[in-house]
Formats: sequence, C-alpha cells, structure tokens
Amino acid sequence: MKILVCISNVPDTTTRVRFSNDATRIDLEGVQWIINPWDELALTRAVEMKEDASSPVSHVTVLTAGSAAAEPTLRKALAIGADDAIRVDCVSDDAYFIAAQIASVAGNRDDDMILCGIESSDYNGSSVGGMVSEMLQIPSVSAISSIRTEDGKVLITRDIDGGKEELSVPLPFVGIVQKGIAREPRIAAMRGIMMARKKPLQVVPATEAEPLTAYREFRLPDPKPPCKMIAADNVRELVNLLQNEAKVL
Amino acid sequence: MSILVYTENWDGKFKKLSLELVSYAAAVAEKTGGGVTALSIGRVEHDELSKLGAYGASRVLSVDGDQSGGLDNQLFTRIIAGAVEQTGSKVLVMAHNNSGKALAPRLSVRLKAGLAAGVTALPESVDPFIVERKVFSGKAFGKIRVLSSTVILTLPQNTFEVKETGGEAIIESFDPGVDLSSAATEIRSVKKQEGRILLTDAEIVVSGGRGMRSPDNWGPLEELAESLGAALACSRPVSDEGWRPHEEHTGQTGKIIAPNLYMAFGISGAIQHLAGVSSSKCIVAVNTDKDAPIFEAADYGIIGDALKVIPELTAEIRIARDK
Repeated sequence: MKILVCISNVPDTTTRVRFSNDATRIDLEGVQWIINPWDELALTRAVEMKEDASSPVSHVTVLTAGSAAAEPTLRKALAIGADDAIRVDCVSDDAYFIAAQIASVAGNRDDDMILCGIESSDYNGSSVGGMVSEMLQIPSVSAISSIRTEDGKVLITRDIDGGKEELSVPLPFVGIVQKGIAREPRIAAMRGIMMARKKPLQVVPATEAEPLTAYREFRLPDPKPPCKMIAADNVRELVNLLQNEAKVL
Repeated sequence: MSILVYTENWDGKFKKLSLELVSYAAAVAEKTGGGVTALSIGRVEHDELSKLGAYGASRVLSVDGDQSGGLDNQLFTRIIAGAVEQTGSKVLVMAHNNSGKALAPRLSVRLKAGLAAGVTALPESVDPFIVERKVFSGKAFGKIRVLSSTVILTLPQNTFEVKETGGEAIIESFDPGVDLSSAATEIRSVKKQEGRILLTDAEIVVSGGRGMRSPDNWGPLEELAESLGAALACSRPVSDEGWRPHEEHTGQTGKIIAPNLYMAFGISGAIQHLAGVSSSKCIVAVNTDKDAPIFEAADYGIIGDALKVIPELTAEIRIARDK
C-alpha cells in the first residue's frame, strides 16, 4: 500500500504578516518556512503506518506544488521518514491551480491513499484536498482524526458535529486529516537528516490550469480597544459589565 | 442571478447557522438580483423546511431520503451540483463547517466555480465578484476576486446576523437522480456526544489552560459552564497532556470558534490559541501573569488565579441570573 502525502510550505506560525507597499501581495522576505502543521501530522501518521510491521503500508511519497524555496521543507519531510519527494515547480495562491498540479501528478501514479491536511496556515481555505479528489473522481473523507489499516482495509474515524463516525472507504481515496491523526508531529532525528540527503527529490514542470480566484488586496485586522481590567476581588463588577455593557449574559 | 443555499440538517432540524446562511444568501441576492433557493438533503418535516422561508428563501428544494449513510462527499456533491444546475444559480452559499469544508472544494471543481472559503462579510462587489476572508489564521484579511462566472461562498458560524423577513417559501421535492444509498464510504458506527452543548454551537464558551494546574481542577469550571449554559473548551497544552479530550481544543490546529462570549482561564494566549478564538464577540481573560498576550486580545481581564476566580464568578452569575 502506498501513501502520497501532500504538503504545503508555509511561513512559521509566529511570523508577523507584512504586505508589499501597495498591499496587493504578502511580503515573504526573510520568512521562516515550515511544513504546514496539519500536513506534518498527516506525514507523521503515514510514516508511523509504514514503520508498523503489521500494516500493509510500504511506501510514503511527499508532494508539494511550490517554488524552489520549498525544497528545504521537502528535505525535512524526507528526514521525518518519507521515501521520496516530488515538487511541482510553480507559484500560486489559488487553491484550484494547486489542486490541479497535485491531481496531475497523482493521476499518473498508483497511490492507495492521498493524504492532505485539512487546511493550510497561510490561506486557510480547506480546499485543496477536496478539489484533488473531485479532479481524480475518487472518494474523499474529511475531518479525519484517526486512520488505520485492518485486513487490507482502511478504517477511519471522522469527526462530525457533536460526535465521531467510524467508516471504511474503498481505495484509492483522498484523506483530509485534522488534529488527533497523530499524537504529535514527529521531529527528524540526526540519522533521518543524514539519510534525507540521499533520498530522491524529483522536480516536475507545472501543468496548465486556469486559476479560479485571485487576491486583490490585503489588510491587517482593526486594532482592538485596550482590555478593561477588573480587580480580582471584584468579580461582581465583571458580571455587571458582561450583562450591561457587553450585553453578552 | 439566482442563489442557491445548501442548508444542512441535524437529525431533521435546522440550527441558527442554517438561518444565518439563508439570511446571508438573501443579502447577497439583494446585490445580485434574483431569488434565493434553499436545498435540503435528508428527512426534514414540512414545518421545519418552511422556517427557511421566513429568513428569505423563496423556494425550498427538498431531497427526501434516508440519511443513515451519513455524509458521502461524492454523493452529496452530485446532488448539490445538480440543484445548482437545475436552478441556474450563479452563487452557491454553504456553511464553513465540517460538511461545507468537505463538499465546497469538490463542488468548486465540478462546477468550475471559484471558491471563497470562510468569508467574513457580504461581497464588496458582485461584478467583478470580490469578497473578504481571513488569511494567515486571522492575522490578516484578504480581498479575493472570484474569476469564474459561478461563485461558491462558505460562511463560518456567527459571522452574519440572522434576519427575519417574514416571507414564505414554496416547498418542492427535488429528485437529483442520485441514489442516496449508493455511498462509496460505509459508516460502521456512530458515537454522539449526549446532553452537552456543542462547542461549535455554543453562544458562551468557558475555556481552561495550564493555569488550571491539574485535570482534577475542572469541576468548578464545569459548574461555571453549567451556570452559563456554556460549552467547555481548552488550550492545546491541556489537550496534548491528555487533561481534556482533543475535541475541546480550541486554537489554530483545533476548533475555530466564534461565540458571543469566550472566557479564558489560565490561558496565556499564544498566537496559535488566539487564531482559534479571536472572532469571539467578547473575550474575558483571567490569568496571574499581567503580561500574558491573552490580555491584548481580551475585552475584559482579571489578573488573578483562575482557581480562585472561577467559583466566585459562578456564585455571582447565579445571583445575577436569579434577579
């Protein structure tokens, strides 16, 4: 069983967001890049399954659609335990365009599972995984908090509003994963980092696709008025303010 | 330009979110012209369906059927796409929740319709179609232009005010030509949380962080939640430590919520936590550290020990509510 993990190269979560002078672009100068946190969990789970001798998972490939700046992130994914990496050479902030790149690569492979994080921490669209599945005309399951194999079948736990569902899904499929899928993202060990240097990283040209959206302009959120402080021995005043000023009680 | 709004049901009932979606669709229709059609999938009673009319839907299409197969993304995509095509809708409005996130991207591909996910307001213009959404986990807003002639918008909970129009909808059954029982995914079991307010539905949320010091200290927080009719949440370290289930984790990688009132006890307010709660209408923070970043996001703050403040707060709320 083979797994393709789609990863997005994103600015570190604590990065301050800055724009170009005309605010039409995000300024990415000097940004620290990381694997999108949800994709990192997907990768961790994929590698865990590969290492589990009782699981039929035998191979994990990581795939990203991005510029050469994403390659250190791909190397990190290889260090975590992926067997090989593919980068589609392109730059876009349109989810449809990115999904078309992934689908174009995945459509020519025979992976059994395509895993994606439920959103990326840059554009937060929760879009790419679902789009890939529709482009490939294969099932998708979203909000996955657990995934395992049993007798060659893939069993999934999915979060629904107010509960959980256990389900099985035919292969191949796109699994869109969220928190819970792995306990913690795996940190690459020194041996993994050494081995990653020798693992294959293939760069492929972008396929043609018409973007469906484009960003026009960015802005920062409106500044918040300062926090009103209340003395710790005057909890009654807090209740009074919540009732009569904020009107939320 | 007619608009289709997909209104999901929960055991045959709609929620406030459903009405928010219809109200939003009606407000978009004022800009685009044309009527609002709501689509319902599964067994929903006539009276429940007619509620949607009172918020601006002029037509309700109902795909009556057994829903025990759960949400099969391919099947639901086919049904919703069929309704968009049949009604000639140019805008599709859906919830930015679990099912919306699962379906909207598939629909985007199927309909060749640009997706603006998690919009924060009404479109700024409809020709060209420009609408604002949050990016970088709430650290910025971006105006996105949808380039295709059909547009899909997903709206997060508690983003748009419900507006009653007092209208009436014509309710029609809709045959999507799709067999609801032909799902590729097979549900083996379902576990539902009983008798508690859902975190994503709650108007008030009380949340505990490491400042609660031990999982054994949650009793008073539960009591406070009960006195307020609130749901419980927690910070990431608390769920990572296994003090609380991961379903309660709010923050960037956990649940993103927007209640009317969010109360954070012993939570320092790391940027990842704020990403999940900053859309709350009012934030209260209780923390011993006066420099904790949570106070920059909060509307009201108390510098003090959460374990001391919580029982006092419960008592004061009970007094205030009894008045």
